[in-house]
Amino acid sequence: MSSRKDPAGFSRRGFIRGVGLGSGAVGTGLLEREAAAAPAPANVAGPGPVAITLTINGKPLNVTVEPRVTLLDAMRNYLDLTGAKRVCDRGTCGACTVILAGKTVYSCSVLAIDAQGKNIETIEGLATGNNLHPVSAAFVNHDGQQCGYCTSGFVMAAKGFIDTHPNPTLEDVKHGLGGNLCRCGTYMGIRQAVVEAAKEMKGGKNG
Amino acid sequence: MANTPDYNWPPMDKRRVIGKPYKRLDGPSKASGRAKYCSDLKPRDLLFGVYLTSPHAHARITSIDTSAAEKTAGVKAVHVVSPAGTEIQWAGTEIAAVAATTEEIGRDAVRKIKVEYEVLPHLVKDDDLSKAGTRAKAAGEKLVGDPDKAFQEAEAVSEGQYGIPVVTHCCLETHGQVIQWQGDQIHVFPSTQDVTHYAGSLGPNLKVPIANIHVRQDNIGGGFGSKFAPDSWGQVGAFLSQKAGGRPVKLFLDRATEQMIAGNRPSTYAKIKIAGKKDGTVTAWQSESWATGGFTGGGSPPLPYIIDTIPNQRLHHTSVSVNAGPNRAWRAPNNQQASYLTCSALEDFAAKIGMDPMEVFQKNVAYAPSARVETYRYQLQKAAEMADWNKLWHPRGQGGSGVVKRGLGLGFSAWGGGGHQSQCRTTINPDGSVLVEIGTQDLGTGTRTIITQVAAETLGLAMGGIKLMIGSNDLPPDSASGGSTTVGGVSSSTRKAAVNALAKLFEVAARALGAQPEQLEAVDGHIRVKDNPSKTLTWQAACRKLGTTKISEMGENNPRNPGGLNTSGAAGIQVADVSVDTETGLVKMNRYVAVQDCGMIINPRLAESVVYGAVIMGISTALFEERVMDGQTGRMLNPDMEFYKLAGIDDIGEIIVHLDIRPENDKRGIVGLGEPPAIAICAAVGNAVANAIGVRVPNIPMTPDHVLAALEGRNA
Repeated sequence: MSSRKDPAGFSRRGFIRGVGLGSGAVGTGLLEREAAAAPAPANVAGPGPVAITLTINGKPLNVTVEPRVTLLDAMRNYLDLTGAKRVCDRGTCGACTVILAGKTVYSCSVLAIDAQGKNIETIEGLATGNNLHPVSAAFVNHDGQQCGYCTSGFVMAAKGFIDTHPNPTLEDVKHGLGGNLCRCGTYMGIRQAVVEAAKEMKGGKNG
Repeated sequence: MANTPDYNWPPMDKRRVIGKPYKRLDGPSKASGRAKYCSDLKPRDLLFGVYLTSPHAHARITSIDTSAAEKTAGVKAVHVVSPAGTEIQWAGTEIAAVAATTEEIGRDAVRKIKVEYEVLPHLVKDDDLSKAGTRAKAAGEKLVGDPDKAFQEAEAVSEGQYGIPVVTHCCLETHGQVIQWQGDQIHVFPSTQDVTHYAGSLGPNLKVPIANIHVRQDNIGGGFGSKFAPDSWGQVGAFLSQKAGGRPVKLFLDRATEQMIAGNRPSTYAKIKIAGKKDGTVTAWQSESWATGGFTGGGSPPLPYIIDTIPNQRLHHTSVSVNAGPNRAWRAPNNQQASYLTCSALEDFAAKIGMDPMEVFQKNVAYAPSARVETYRYQLQKAAEMADWNKLWHPRGQGGSGVVKRGLGLGFSAWGGGGHQSQCRTTINPDGSVLVEIGTQDLGTGTRTIITQVAAETLGLAMGGIKLMIGSNDLPPDSASGGSTTVGGVSSSTRKAAVNALAKLFEVAARALGAQPEQLEAVDGHIRVKDNPSKTLTWQAACRKLGTTKISEMGENNPRNPGGLNTSGAAGIQVADVSVDTETGLVKMNRYVAVQDCGMIINPRLAESVVYGAVIMGISTALFEERVMDGQTGRMLNPDMEFYKLAGIDDIGEIIVHLDIRPENDKRGIVGLGEPPAIAICAAVGNAVANAIGVRVPNIPMTPDHVLAALEGRNA
């Protein structure tokens, strides 16, 4: 509560460090006042909104969010990238899965400010024009979705899994996709889809 | 006026589109993340709605002060849901809501609302009837025949206690909507199972003409019976929007609130005694059951389930009121509980007399409704074959000397599933394009795909020749997707509308072909004279004869007179094959066999997916799911998805589905499949565990704790 009493009282030093001086988002007024600000721990940003740049599917996107905003909420509420879904919001269900610097992560459990400077692959970046990515196509072929709310997360988790396990067996898939949950019960189709997608991507058709 | 059109389904061997495993039409949009759900919408000037909910299970609000929230920069509206004086009956009750320019501001603002409560005594646990006190209300005794005499004269009597706890729907998309109330117009994008009736439910509370409420939903992230009404959040969202000068407001529940108040399946516990003969015939049933579905208590599931003509019965049911979120319909309401209790008691009776439960079930399905007896017998035999029952089943507890024991168990199910009230409009345009419109919704069951298949089949077109519009209350009225009635309703109304539209096109085409309309047929994109393929017009050429006038015809499914297009009644037998580690208590699914009765199948791929889904949801409830309430604080201890566990991709074993597609079933017309296969899983898994370890684990879910307690002979 007290942290919101003085909206101008955030640490400029952390703020500047957080966004990087090169971003051009920092007003000169803030720089002038920085000298007057109390010393703050290193790497502190906020609590007010900070301008950040997220590199999503290779494109830099500027957005101004409070440091407490998750990568998931930054995408959904501020950037209108809604493929990733907010379901458990606590790093359990995987509906918000994205690939961050090559690593499969729950975007509900990563702060947006911490995702700067790394490439963020989302479901929106998978398709090539009108052509579905092989993982998405395999989900369609094997009916790996019903309501579809978990599907984006599953597709991204499958993509990340295949990137690191190009020759998975069915047993590998059952372990590798254990971080995602579906309520409609589409697992039978998903198992087949991931095995097929891996074969397809190895064939180099789209991967 | 021509004769009554022939709406009958084409014979099995003449179908070109119906009965084929088309991929679901919305698959690409979902698998690419492009599908928009109402919770994804972000119209211009959107405000984020956030709820403040009650931390107390039972309390009276003595004062509420929202002034600090109202003064917060970025807050555009505050609405008090539960004013001073309101008595709260469960934790999670909506107290107030704010709409703010960001979700973060909204969350901060609700924390500034000062609420004072007079905390009152609560009861939240329902597993021990002796502790329910005045909150328990007995429903009275139901008596059939002479159970006392039957129990006295019985060759064998078995008894047991069984329980199936409250579970939550846990829809992945929480309940809520984006709503905008501007002047006398409301635009609302709800997550709903009932697009057609949503406005009619919302309108009277807001005093806005229903005609001015525009409802739209393209996709829904799960419902399972919990998303029929606009709920309080529909109304609260509207008030927030109005107070904020007509800006759109997104008000979706957070996960914890979803788990606490937005739907659960009632519990049922029962002490059951069965009397019977040593040949396996049950002669008497006695049950004392109790249940809760929240503050209003809980009714009795239909006991004894399916075998309800047992000649001697005594039933007691007690409804228990607790201070916890209210129940909602849950994919075959009351049937999972009834199936679990009945099949568990039947299996225990079989173990008592040392008989194979497959034989005991075979014998006692004679007590099922007469029309289904032979179906069950056929299905039991089929399930036994598919599950290798004769090879793998062993008498209870004789699962070998190893630590891990394998066991098999049976469960049965019955459901209705006729077609709901539905109207469809089919429009044929002079350029040959076809538009099919129904105010229905696709819950992920494949509704879009099957409607398109029916229209394409009827009009002799490819799937791509049909444009379909659903998900709006501007379209012809449909009904709620509940009771497994959607597929029957929309397919029948689509069939009729398409037949009616085609009849009009035949009138025009007949003149051009020098034939009578009744001599024509629509096949493979052509209108042609039956038995004279040389007299033919392409679909486009026939439609061009319309000049500038389109054909637009309605079709209706009336549930009271479905005309043979759909019917109800689906029996099912399922077998679980599990391994239980007797040291850790861990239950592992090996195989699961589902033999499912069905009618005419429009899309076998999607039908199979629905059965897989139902079984997987059932396995999840059988092994993991339970709403855990804290007696001290009155709160749900696991309102999340970490400690409220759902089955994952490695938890379900192998699932083998047998859809009973046969000409004699096909003749029945369409029977819904959403619920029937979701019923028997707790029963089959519970019985398989008992068969494996030699003792009954009374309470679902089959967690290590429950299994170890049963092995050690203690209560859990």
